[in-house]
Amino acid sequence: MADTEHKVKEPLFHIAKRSSIVWWKAWLIRLGAILLALIVSGLVSFLLTKENPLRIYAVMIDGAFGTKRRLWSLGQNIAMLLCVSVAVAPAFKMKFWNIGAEGQVLAGGLASAACMILLGDSLPNPVLLLIMIVASIGAGALWGVIPAIFKARWNTNETLFTLMMNYIAIQLVSFFVYKFSVPKGSGQVGIINRTSHAGWLPVYFDMEYLLNIVVVLMITFVVYVYLNQTKHGYEISVVGESENTARYVGISVKKVIIRTMLVSGAICGMAGLLLVAGTDHTISRDTASGRGFTAIMVAWMAKFNPFFMILTSFLIVFLEKGATEISTEFGLNESFSEIITGIILFFIIGCEFFIQYSVKFRKKEVA
Amino acid sequence: MKKFLSRLTTFLLVATLVLGCMTGCNSSEKDTSKGDTANTSNSSNTKNVKIGLICLHDENSTYDLNFINSIETVKKNLGLSDDQVIIKKNIPESNECREAAYDLADRGCNIILADSFGHEPYILEAAAKYPNVQFCHSTGTLAHTEKKSNFHDAFASIYEGRYLAGIAAGMKLNEMINNGKITADQAVIGYIGAYTYAEVISGYTSFFLGARSVCPSATMKVQFTGSWYDETAEKEAANKLISDGCVLISQHADSMGAPTACENAGVPNISYNGSTQDACPNTFIVSSRIDWAPYYEYVIKSVMEGKEMAYDYVGSLADGSVKLTAVNTNAAAAGTQEAIDKAIEDLKAGKIHVFDTNNFTVGGSKLDSYLADVDTDDNYTPDTEVIKDGYFHESEYRSAPYFDLRIDGITTLNEMY
Repeated sequence: MADTEHKVKEPLFHIAKRSSIVWWKAWLIRLGAILLALIVSGLVSFLLTKENPLRIYAVMIDGAFGTKRRLWSLGQNIAMLLCVSVAVAPAFKMKFWNIGAEGQVLAGGLASAACMILLGDSLPNPVLLLIMIVASIGAGALWGVIPAIFKARWNTNETLFTLMMNYIAIQLVSFFVYKFSVPKGSGQVGIINRTSHAGWLPVYFDMEYLLNIVVVLMITFVVYVYLNQTKHGYEISVVGESENTARYVGISVKKVIIRTMLVSGAICGMAGLLLVAGTDHTISRDTASGRGFTAIMVAWMAKFNPFFMILTSFLIVFLEKGATEISTEFGLNESFSEIITGIILFFIIGCEFFIQYSVKFRKKEVA
Repeated sequence: MKKFLSRLTTFLLVATLVLGCMTGCNSSEKDTSKGDTANTSNSSNTKNVKIGLICLHDENSTYDLNFINSIETVKKNLGLSDDQVIIKKNIPESNECREAAYDLADRGCNIILADSFGHEPYILEAAAKYPNVQFCHSTGTLAHTEKKSNFHDAFASIYEGRYLAGIAAGMKLNEMINNGKITADQAVIGYIGAYTYAEVISGYTSFFLGARSVCPSATMKVQFTGSWYDETAEKEAANKLISDGCVLISQHADSMGAPTACENAGVPNISYNGSTQDACPNTFIVSSRIDWAPYYEYVIKSVMEGKEMAYDYVGSLADGSVKLTAVNTNAAAAGTQEAIDKAIEDLKAGKIHVFDTNNFTVGGSKLDSYLADVDTDDNYTPDTEVIKDGYFHESEYRSAPYFDLRIDGITTLNEMY
């Protein structure tokens, strides 16, 4: 008996959960992952383009920061992704898997577009803008709160519910885009109020993206305070940790779920407003362009801290811009930029594993 | 441990896939560069042009591939170098289009081309911001009323191409009737359209009139998909039409959905935007397409020589903008090529007109007057009389089609898009 016990072979290495990790070690692992990612994607790009990998990175950086316009565009894209990420954070912190941000953004965007089209000629601009703000925030909040009510009342699965709400929003947008299309039947709304600019958000200092960026930074700050300094924020983290604990200390879980999804949806609706009235001036199925899903990754990677989300959304947008630039510059298919983005994200998300767990190698046996 | 190993294998798998794909991409890259060096000898004053092309999708869309091929042809013909042509693919019809246009201008492009209808308003904004850059947009409707010296629209009289392709369809229907495969009443064509937009309506009507000019008993059913590019929806629509008894299919949407469905079902297909014979060797008959190369050559030469360009350009059979691919003799009826060639001559000579009012009725009666919405506005106001001399004058008052009549003999199955 004792003999067999001895013969159990210890594996070469095994994985153990870390109890804690010093912050600098965690960041060292992350930095290492980014370096590895750059090496691998550099290698892949080199094999594909036969270009010097350093030149490829230079092109990436140039694509994101190369001109003043690209900087603004980078800022705008970061802001919009950040806005949606900040919006989903409260729900995720509560462990409410809201994957319906795409639909909530579209609902908000559709509401503002409808106001611009239907009321554009009849109302003075400040009144119109006010109605648009209320309508889009309301539409986003409505789209968010419906699954929350069902979850709170009947414990429906919120992941499926929010996902399905996306499709309803997309089809609604398709329907109205067709209805509002110019010229008739083209399936395109075109730029709304192209000459009158009715319902367009104002442009300050001749910088068309400035307002969006400032508004999103303000929202980020407010959400940070909301999550970390208020009773509501505390209730969200308690519900997220354990619903039973929450109930035990007298928190109404139902109320928290509904209230938090109202906030989440409202911010998504705001994002829709910024996209439609601030930059695109039109509405289509592509208005949210997948940000509702990318935002989940951004929020997770930042551990639901709104300020870290600035960093993570910067990272994602930088990768997108840089990779697109590589494919334009070297005449490659767009799929190439997706490969590069995929490789880099693989490492960055993968490294969290090594922060959570440590790899222990077999100690050399003394003979 | 197991977990880790499985992750490792996944990664290795991904890596091999990536490597595999790379070798594929590489070889096609080389081909184009070889072609370029062979042709650079005849470049003279081509140095002062730099062209940017904005595409809605990439080569996987037959529509965008047609544009990419056209610009590559012109690049070769004029001996332009690689860095004189920048192609931006997968640019959606949103703010990103404006950003793409600005970025091309910042890179020093003095000609910027865009291929999708929905790009137009953004291109128009970019044109206002960069007055020294020429913006040429395909399929748009605004240039003839905007009248900006650096903003241009273009289209071609593709309804003539569709009509010719329709003749090939009619010949095939006749062959099936003569073989006893179907009765004359069963000569039903199925058509997949994107939207109930004039461009689509003009396209399927001219196609139908071409078919009916040789097969008088032909009728047609049209199914709309509500998208210009939706492979699944187009495939489904084709399957539905086939199961509804359509014996020949054509489409005006940009994916390979419909041609693939036809090949799988063994139903003859008339394609659009270019040949799909490689993927559908047994069912592809012929395809009409707009060749943008003549227009692009016109644009580039105008800029090189500092000449003014038309606000609104209409390509034709005569200038080579409207083209038919080679007829696939495996699938087409005998004598198709001859019938097409004869019709080309007649169209060029003005002996026949596609939208001759003697050849169609609307609600049972012949038309002698129709006001079309030629100048785009939010209320779709009809503004121009387009029936004169016994035919509907398509693409004459504006390059983009405006024929939007529902003629007898064609049933639209779902006009919700």
